[in-house]
Amino acid sequence: MLFEGGGSPMSDPNQRIVITGIGLTSPNGNSLAEFRANLLAGKSGVSNYEIRYIGETLAGVCNFDPLRYQKRKDVRRGTRAGSIAIYCANEAVQQSGLSWPDVPKNRVGVFIGITEHGNVETENEIFEISKFNYDTSVWSHHHNPRTVANSPAGEVTLSLGITGPHLCIGAACAAGNAGFIQGLQMLRLGEVDLAIAGGVSESIHTFGIFAGFKSQGALATNPEPTRASRPFDLDRNGIVVAEGGGLLTLERLPDALRRGARIYGEIVGHAMNSDATDFVLPDPTRQAECMRLALQRAGIGPESIDLVSSHATATEQGDIEESQAIHSVFGDRMSLAINNTKSFIGHAMGAAGALELLGNLPAFDDHFAHATINLDQPDPRCALPQIVANTPRKMDRVEYILNNSFGMLGINSAVIVKRYSGDQEE
Amino acid sequence: MSADQIRQVIMKILCRIAPDNDLTALKDEVPFREQMELDSMDFLDIVMELRKLYRVQIPEEDYGFLNTMASTVQYLIPKLQTATA
Repeated sequence: MLFEGGGSPMSDPNQRIVITGIGLTSPNGNSLAEFRANLLAGKSGVSNYEIRYIGETLAGVCNFDPLRYQKRKDVRRGTRAGSIAIYCANEAVQQSGLSWPDVPKNRVGVFIGITEHGNVETENEIFEISKFNYDTSVWSHHHNPRTVANSPAGEVTLSLGITGPHLCIGAACAAGNAGFIQGLQMLRLGEVDLAIAGGVSESIHTFGIFAGFKSQGALATNPEPTRASRPFDLDRNGIVVAEGGGLLTLERLPDALRRGARIYGEIVGHAMNSDATDFVLPDPTRQAECMRLALQRAGIGPESIDLVSSHATATEQGDIEESQAIHSVFGDRMSLAINNTKSFIGHAMGAAGALELLGNLPAFDDHFAHATINLDQPDPRCALPQIVANTPRKMDRVEYILNNSFGMLGINSAVIVKRYSGDQEE
Repeated sequence: MSADQIRQVIMKILCRIAPDNDLTALKDEVPFREQMELDSMDFLDIVMELRKLYRVQIPEEDYGFLNTMASTVQYLIPKLQTATA
């Protein structure tokens, strides 16, 4: 083990990893500023949506302009996940203030969490050959490059001329956090000097995910789309599927300081573990262990956390289990705020953990915990008195944010980000 | 299908696979690749589109006939004789 107890090597500045750029697209915002403003204003991004075989349903749909960073041909050649990743990566790099032509591209890595990839293209091709009596000779030669699991990250390297490592991390709905963690680890190992890391999702373009959740009794319905995603509420009836992406530029602290970068926060703790109990049902004991391990690695206790960004997806069981896990770690301390971003945008799958952390980072500056909307009747089985319901809460201080992200097959993740306060830290 | 009609079909396919290129001045005797951004995957798109639209099978050994607009049209005339535009 590199560090005693698996703890964070905070004494070595080169092991300290900071956030220096943020690029995102969400159903309610195509930049951090727009996303944050809508989170504070209580503006949902869920809308009516129609997809093959399913018909009318609900989804969180992004409206970023892919042609901002891609040619029409590149959009046609690639995938929706690739377009999302390219948009987010370019935005993050621009925002980072890096002089991109001067960045050694062989020292840049791209690490993107995905819940799934390839379903969209496979469904499209099967639909296409169905018009030709299932003649596989009309199956597209683009299918394989579009569906290989590294595809969204690879598209980013093509867009930005990056020649360092790239990969996608398959981690169900813990993928956003998993992307951040992979980036952090590659920087700490010295494998790269700049990591573009986070998560993306194109899942609203596969009917299978809607059909699967519907068959599972876990697809949200509501006559008012913006009221459909209702984590922790008694009337919740399932998940609203969303697309989106959130990517960061991560750097070692000394590198960021040397170039005078704006620092949005420092990733001081992280953890991933597995339930090993069920394909679908979560295990609050392991979720709590995951949060505790992240705290241990950050070298802090639960009393230091000011804001918990919850994973809750508005399923019957999942919300209850996570509530138990959070309560077992944090108790009833009322100075803690707990919120939920899915209530605004639905479940952005591979991008969920990324967007949920990014939308909360401005709390370091504005000292607000954004709300959990659509929480009209809190479920007493989700007994978390600290949930910020329907209107943002002004905080006395925001020094540490803990971001939960959990997924199927019992994959759990937690990331802790600390406010960076400049000279006092150096 | 006439030679002019075949040319129009090819132009429509090229517009789809190279949407960033201005093809109004495309020269029929000059290789496609010298006039527009076309790689091997794009080239296979031409073959695939013709297969889907007209069930034309173009064997790999004949790909060389698809070098220019003029050679492509000439190659396709007998294959699309009975097809309608």
